[in-house]
Amino acid sequence: MITRRHFLLLTGAAVAMPVKAQLPANIAEIRKAALKEAIGKVVGNSQVRQGRVKLDIPPLIDNGNAVPVSVEVESPMTEADHVKTIHLFTERNPQPYVLSVQLGPRAGKARIATRARIGDSGDVTAIAQMSDGSFWSDSVRVIVTLSACLEEGLI
Amino acid sequence: MARVVVNVPAEAKRGEVIEIRTLAGHPMETGFRRTQLGAVIPRDIIRTLVCTYNGVEVFRAELHPAIAANPLLSFTTVATESGTLEFRWTGDNGFSATEKAAIKVV
Repeated sequence: MITRRHFLLLTGAAVAMPVKAQLPANIAEIRKAALKEAIGKVVGNSQVRQGRVKLDIPPLIDNGNAVPVSVEVESPMTEADHVKTIHLFTERNPQPYVLSVQLGPRAGKARIATRARIGDSGDVTAIAQMSDGSFWSDSVRVIVTLSACLEEGLI
Repeated sequence: MARVVVNVPAEAKRGEVIEIRTLAGHPMETGFRRTQLGAVIPRDIIRTLVCTYNGVEVFRAELHPAIAANPLLSFTTVATESGTLEFRWTGDNGFSATEKAAIKVV
């Protein structure tokens, strides 16, 4: 027979143990470290300079599931001087890597556009590698009101 | 066969920089979402898009789960000669799609 006390103990235990996975408390640091690692894998020990890259993304995002992003890099796009790769990262996604593209002098212009998922408010960074091996970047801080990947209460 | 759309100008001047827009119908399942029972939905995304112009690779993109569903990519290329542009998407679970577009250079 289930007494009232017994019933409360059982239900109390069920409430105290959430079934859903929880995010770790230091998630911000984990994500920052993941972003740093992902960028480190791309640039190695080279210096990343600000400028030449123009990242165009709306600063206020209503819906993080499809955010228009475009990246334009100042470059003559000749055989001697062109953009080799463009990388795109976000700070607060489960994985920081968004996109990488390979271009060449046949692109004519270094301009790409896509639609990204942005998990939460934070920095979005574009890094371009030139044919001489130098890295240039641009960052935009965005605010997301409806996050991508949040249907089940998990980021 | 997945539905894909590419937008390439039919005609261009020699040396002109043309814009190419591509769209592929694909859910781009991230692998981070869960069902109501808590089971992880496995990742299913498009990994690469390669564009060749008369057999020469002019653009290559590597996609990650953070690209929105129905991935759109636009980029540019120089119209060098008449011919075909071929686009190939490849992804998880053996996903593969190709599309061709003819261009006339005057």
